[in-house]
Amino acid sequence: MNSLLIPGGKAPAPPYETTRETTRKSLDEPMKTNGEQSTVLTLSQVGKSFGNLRVLKGIELQVQRSEVVCLIGPSGSGKSTLLRSMAFLEEYDEGEIRIEGQLLGWQDTDKGRRRAPQSQINQVRRNVGMVFQQFNLWPHMTALGNVCEALRRVRKFSADEAKKRGMAMLEKVGLGHKAEAYPAQLSGGQQQRVAIARALAMEPHIMLFDEPTSALDPELVGEVLQVMKTLAKEGMTMVVVTHEMGFAAQVADSVIFLDQGEIVARGTPRQIFHNAEQPRLQQFLQNYLDRNAFWQDAKP
Amino acid sequence: MFDWPLLQQNAPLLLGALWVTLQVSMAALVFGFVIGIVVGSLRLSPVPLLRRMGGAYIFVFRGIPLLVQLLFIYYFLPRVGLPNVSPTAAAIIGLSLAAGAYIAEIMRGGFLAIPGGQLEAAGLLGLSDAQMLMRIRVPQAVRLTLPALVNEMILLIKASSLVSVVGLADLTRTAQNLAASDYMFVQDYLMLAGFYCLINVPLAYAASLLERRLKERTA
Repeated sequence: MNSLLIPGGKAPAPPYETTRETTRKSLDEPMKTNGEQSTVLTLSQVGKSFGNLRVLKGIELQVQRSEVVCLIGPSGSGKSTLLRSMAFLEEYDEGEIRIEGQLLGWQDTDKGRRRAPQSQINQVRRNVGMVFQQFNLWPHMTALGNVCEALRRVRKFSADEAKKRGMAMLEKVGLGHKAEAYPAQLSGGQQQRVAIARALAMEPHIMLFDEPTSALDPELVGEVLQVMKTLAKEGMTMVVVTHEMGFAAQVADSVIFLDQGEIVARGTPRQIFHNAEQPRLQQFLQNYLDRNAFWQDAKP
Repeated sequence: MFDWPLLQQNAPLLLGALWVTLQVSMAALVFGFVIGIVVGSLRLSPVPLLRRMGGAYIFVFRGIPLLVQLLFIYYFLPRVGLPNVSPTAAAIIGLSLAAGAYIAEIMRGGFLAIPGGQLEAAGLLGLSDAQMLMRIRVPQAVRLTLPALVNEMILLIKASSLVSVVGLADLTRTAQNLAASDYMFVQDYLMLAGFYCLINVPLAYAASLLERRLKERTA
C-alpha cells in the first residue's frame, strides 16, 4: 500500500525528507555532544497492568540524543501510559526504564523491587521535561511566575536570574509580551507555549509531549507545533504522543505505532506512512484518512 | 427609652472590649488557619494513619460544643498538671482548635478542587511536597474557598462571645457587666449587637469585593 497519507498516489516531495537532515548530518549518526552518552532514554521489556488489563506489553525502545520519536496509535492503545511511564507518572511494573543510564522509579533490594525514594526519583528525572494535554499551568501565577517558580524553589536561582532565564524562555516561544498575563487571560495555544517554556527553563535533556495539541481549537494547533518544530531543529530530544500525522511525518526521525499496548510498527515516517505493511497500521491510517481527506469528497 | 448620657459613657468601654474580642478572634483565625492547612492536608494524605488522625481531630473539635471545650481547657487542664492558663490564652487556644477543625474541612474541599495535573507538573519540575502545599495548593484553595473562609471568620467572631465563660472581658462580658450595674439591658445589649455588626458587615462586604477581584484575574 502506497502513500496512505497522500491521496491519489501522487507523492509530492514530502518536506520531512529535508527538514531534519539539513540540521543533522545523518540519521545513522546521532549527534554527540561533548562525549555524553548518545542514548538518552532506554526502555527494555516495559510492561504495565491496571488490574487484569495489560496496557503495556514488552515495550523496547531507545531514544538517541537529538532524536524525535512520535508515538501514534488509536486511543486506548497505551501511548499516553507509555509516555507517562517515562516520567514515572505511571508506575510501570515490568522491565526497566533508564534515563541517561539511571534506572527510573525502582530500586533493587534483597526482597525484590521497591519503589525508589522520591528524592531519588526526582534526581533521575531531573532532566526530563514534560508538556501535558491540559497544559497544567498554575492559574494563580503569571506566565513568568509559572516559568520561574521551579527555577527559584528547586534550582535556587535568585529572583533576578530566574526572571532573566524566564523571560528568555518566554521570548523563545514568542510570548515575551505576555509575561505578566495570567493563564486565564491567554488562549489555549499561548498557555501551551507557556507550559513548554516552563519545562524548557529547567534545561531538560529530553522533552515528553503528551498530546500537546489535542485540547486546542484547530486554529491554535499551528503555533504550538511551530514551537515544537523549532525545538526539534535545535536538536532537542523529544518523544511526542500525537494525533497530528502531518507533524509526525515532517518532524519525526522515527514513528512508533502502538496498538493494544504493543509496538506494532516502527520506522521512519516514510516507512510508516508510505509503506505500511501491518494490517492494523494500514487500518489506522485509513481511518485517519477517511476523517481528514475531506477534499476528496467535496461536491464539484 | 434611651439614656444618651449613659450611652456616651458606656460606648468607650465597649469599644475597648471590642478590641479584646478582635484580638482574640484574629489570633484564633491565624492559628486556626495553620491547624486547618495541616489537618486538611492530613485528611488527603496517601498514608491511611495520617488520614485517620486528621479525621479524629475534626471529629473531636467539631463534635464538642465550643462552650464545653473552653470550660475544659480553662478548668480541667490545670487539674491534670498543665500550668494555669490565663483567660486570654484559654480563649485563644479554644477558639483556634475549634476554628482549625472547620477550616480543615473547608481547605480539604479547596485542595480537592485543584486539578491533579497541576501537581503532577509541579512534582516533575522537582517541587517538594511542602513547596507544592505552600506555593500551589494553599494559594489556590484559599481563592477557591474564600467565601467559606470569610463566613468562618464571621462565625468565629460571633463564637468568641462564648469566651466570657472563662472570665475574659470581651465585648459580650463587658456588656453584661455594664447591664448588671446600670440595669439598662435593652440599651446595652442593642449596643453590643451593634458592635458585632460593626465588624462583621464590613468584613462580608470586603470579602465580596476581594472575591470579585480574584475572579476577574484568574477565572
